[in-house]
Amino acid sequence: MLFSTAVFYVFAAILVFAALCVITVRNPVHAALWLVLSFFTAAAIWLLLGAEFLAITLVLVYVGAVMVLFLFVIMMLDVNFEDLRRDFRSYLPVGAAVGLLVLLEMVLVIVAGTAGAGSAGSLPAGSNTQALGRLLYVDYVYPFELAAVLLLVAIVAAIALTYRRRRGAKVQDPGAQVKVRREDRVRLLEMPAEKRDG
Amino acid sequence: MDALIAPVRDLLGPAWLPVWTLVKIVALVVPLIIGVAYLTFWERKVIGWMQVRIGPNRVGPWGLLQPFADTAKLMFKEIVVPTGANRYLFFIAPMLAIGPAVAAWAVVPLTDTLVIADINAGLLYIIAMTSMGVYGIILAGWASNSKYAFLGALRSAAQIVSYELAMGFALVAVLMCANSLNLREIVAGQEGGAAHWYVWPLLPMFVVYIVSGIAETNRHPFDLAEGESEIVAGFHVEYSGVAFAVFFLAEYMSMILIAVLASVLFLGGWLSPFPQLNDLAIGGFAPLGDGLLWLGVKMAFVLLIFLWVRATFPRYRYDQVMRLGWKVFIPLTLVWIGFIGTMMQTRFAPMFH
Repeated sequence: MLFSTAVFYVFAAILVFAALCVITVRNPVHAALWLVLSFFTAAAIWLLLGAEFLAITLVLVYVGAVMVLFLFVIMMLDVNFEDLRRDFRSYLPVGAAVGLLVLLEMVLVIVAGTAGAGSAGSLPAGSNTQALGRLLYVDYVYPFELAAVLLLVAIVAAIALTYRRRRGAKVQDPGAQVKVRREDRVRLLEMPAEKRDG
Repeated sequence: MDALIAPVRDLLGPAWLPVWTLVKIVALVVPLIIGVAYLTFWERKVIGWMQVRIGPNRVGPWGLLQPFADTAKLMFKEIVVPTGANRYLFFIAPMLAIGPAVAAWAVVPLTDTLVIADINAGLLYIIAMTSMGVYGIILAGWASNSKYAFLGALRSAAQIVSYELAMGFALVAVLMCANSLNLREIVAGQEGGAAHWYVWPLLPMFVVYIVSGIAETNRHPFDLAEGESEIVAGFHVEYSGVAFAVFFLAEYMSMILIAVLASVLFLGGWLSPFPQLNDLAIGGFAPLGDGLLWLGVKMAFVLLIFLWVRATFPRYRYDQVMRLGWKVFIPLTLVWIGFIGTMMQTRFAPMFH
């Protein structure tokens, strides 16, 4: 067995274990941390494949930014487990159906993949950062920019929908604060010294 | 050197690569930790001088053994675990803080050949690793089961995530100039003396990078995560002894990392500012040639800025920190990236490479 194959199985085992822990542990903060571990392990597996750009981006975006915000929210929420568990039985059939469907699709993809129908193709020689950049910004520049604009619209919409301007809230104007001059604030008074009696 | 290594390499066979890598890691981390120790000493001295005090001068000659005395003291302190703290996370948090700070050093080139892993996407790797450092702080705040620690952690998380964007954009400007994510090639692109360093065409980005670096490492004047006048000591208020020392180590290691990155990306790394003096030999070797000496001088300069800023400015208010990050730095970096991109299409393009 090749050394890299052994490393792959170690990472795969960690990944599966971490993913299982995400949905089984009781503490939501622990669940989020297991998810961080599974992202990190997935990135390691991608590195084994030679896809260093995607692997590092996975760590950068999901571990470094998305999960931090997730943790941020989960820590501040007071999650009540009794409420979450109460309707478990009534949701079970729907959840099981969706799960089975996903499983079926994954099996189909894997079967089709091993039959040689959709091979992943070989990685381009040299730095795959450059190869990806060429694909995104030269070959598929318009679809890529369209996707970016779509995301921007989503961001603007999300902010516009949730932003509420409170009446009577006190707001500071940093521009005005910076423009303040000494003459506006300090008044120098001439006071003649008083004579002490006797 | 090769003659010395070759017999050992033959002896170890396939085990050679891991052993040799381990040796290189130790050779990097041990000087780094000693560097951290003396950075704390230097910080106290510099701030002392700026405030017309003497600073530590009791332990050893000129107080030079002070950091070791501090270390010994911290090691023998009791580690107190607060009631209701999450024990596992409480102890994992300091490790999560220091791990990324050390791991990022793997791709940092100290000279042309002195680097542990010379990978293609080096710059990206460093951004990814430094973005992981925030977990240590968040988990420390949450696991401590203390309101002050928790407030510090929340502040710090928001601050680090915000300034990471500005920092990332500043680095995008560098890689536009260098046409590469590899740190060695970025330095090679600045060859030819001080006038060719990226700090000149990217001067605003250099300032953004340094200030964001101060904010990322939670240093004064952006140390709201600690803010002793408001929330005691922030995220590490419940930590004592070695667990606290590890947080301290992580903070100073990130500082040195920011300094070495600023030197490599903007100040020409190990390249001499006067390449004319490269061949000037004094007593058989060229002391002013390219090499570690210049990198050390540049790092010391950037670190001095860190200390200087700390001794000079009052702490920012939280909303001011957020405003500076989101409303000043991010627009500035975006405009400058557009400006560089435009200039590169004109006949001034050589100025930006």
